[in-house]
Amino acid sequence: MAKITYHTHDNKIHTVDVQKGLTVMEGAIQNDIPGIDADCGGGMACATCHVYVKEQWLDKLPAKEDGEEDMLDMAFEPKNNSRLSCQLIVSDELDGLEVNIPSKQG
Amino acid sequence: MNKTDVLIIGAGPTGLFCAHQLGIIGLSCEIVDNLDKAGGQCIELYPDKPIYDIPAVPECTGEELTNNLLKQIKPFNIKFHLNERVEELKKNKNRWHVKTSAGIEFDVAAIVIAGGVGSFEPRKFPVKECEKFEGNSLFYSIKDKSIFKDKTISIFGGGDSALDWAIELSNNSKVNLIHRRDGFSGAEASVQKVKELNEQGKLNLYTKFQMDSVLGDKNIEKVKIKHDEGESKEIKSDYVLGFFGLIMQLGPILDWGLNIDKKTVQVNTENFETNINGIFAIGDICSYPGKLKLILSGFHEGALAARGCFKYAKPDEKLRFEFTTTSKAAQERLGIKK
Repeated sequence: MAKITYHTHDNKIHTVDVQKGLTVMEGAIQNDIPGIDADCGGGMACATCHVYVKEQWLDKLPAKEDGEEDMLDMAFEPKNNSRLSCQLIVSDELDGLEVNIPSKQG
Repeated sequence: MNKTDVLIIGAGPTGLFCAHQLGIIGLSCEIVDNLDKAGGQCIELYPDKPIYDIPAVPECTGEELTNNLLKQIKPFNIKFHLNERVEELKKNKNRWHVKTSAGIEFDVAAIVIAGGVGSFEPRKFPVKECEKFEGNSLFYSIKDKSIFKDKTISIFGGGDSALDWAIELSNNSKVNLIHRRDGFSGAEASVQKVKELNEQGKLNLYTKFQMDSVLGDKNIEKVKIKHDEGESKEIKSDYVLGFFGLIMQLGPILDWGLNIDKKTVQVNTENFETNINGIFAIGDICSYPGKLKLILSGFHEGALAARGCFKYAKPDEKLRFEFTTTSKAAQERLGIKK
């Protein structure tokens, strides 16, 4: 388990235990955290699981695969710290990760 | 009024195969889809990407899968209503009365919702004021390119639509192409062409810029764009175009009284009927314990839902289970001559 903190747009903070091996997207869905739609189910085909990663975590994350940046072009208000949460696999290294969920996904 | 046994909402792989299954058991159907072509997510999201988990098909693209499904249902001469969204639904005795966005009406015995994750709509600019100009000087698709002649157009996006239109419109208009990063997702040849046009001064390329605001009274006059590092620029624009791909919205289905949970419709696993008799849901849009969002699951769901429709379409007849290999009736419906 790793602790992942999701800051939702209504300024609520949700800290949950997510099983290692699941993605940050799945952690949000399983815990009913609002604001992550994940329409395509984790296939990097929709950009509706877009999150902003807290700056200090950016270089600890796995590098973006081909295609993630292309999908982020489609995301709602992408920034430099934008990632698709379906591409972030929870591990010991990500214990304590904090992400902000955008005001909307589309 | 179009009278048919079943109306299928959604022309993705699941909807297409359900049409096949309806045809095999002797029911008629028509298909409505919001996109301009059949194929759903396979065509819209990944036409060229390979799929490896269709049973007995080791590898095929989204486009190949769609074309094969269309070929498979060809014998049934199914009528498609594309660029249409189903808006209204009314119970009329034992049948359903359905109306689409363009006012086409259907009288059907049952409805199969195979709507994927909803209908595709263009993704819009996050900037609020954009709504005010939408349809007059701000567009997410182009219907009549002649209006742009000799005007200044600001195009936002980095995919094929943005690049292709920037190249095309640069012939007769002053084009600004604005994209959030240096890399583009569009075809490499188009990226090269855009860069060439930029060097020749036939187009202005602004990378690492995003929209900050749009300015104007009745029509857009200027757009303000902001660089990653904070610098802003105001550029004169008569028109603004945004190409950020499509997003899926559940739309009017939400108002039909179906049990909906997290954008999906709850069904039973016996015949994939919803809480409303005569309305079925299959494919990515349905949910039940153990649901997998796979195309193969959609095929199974469609086969059972088609049989579930039978009692509504032909209440006085009994459906017998048959194999296509040996059933004369099924082969006749498929137009097979021996």
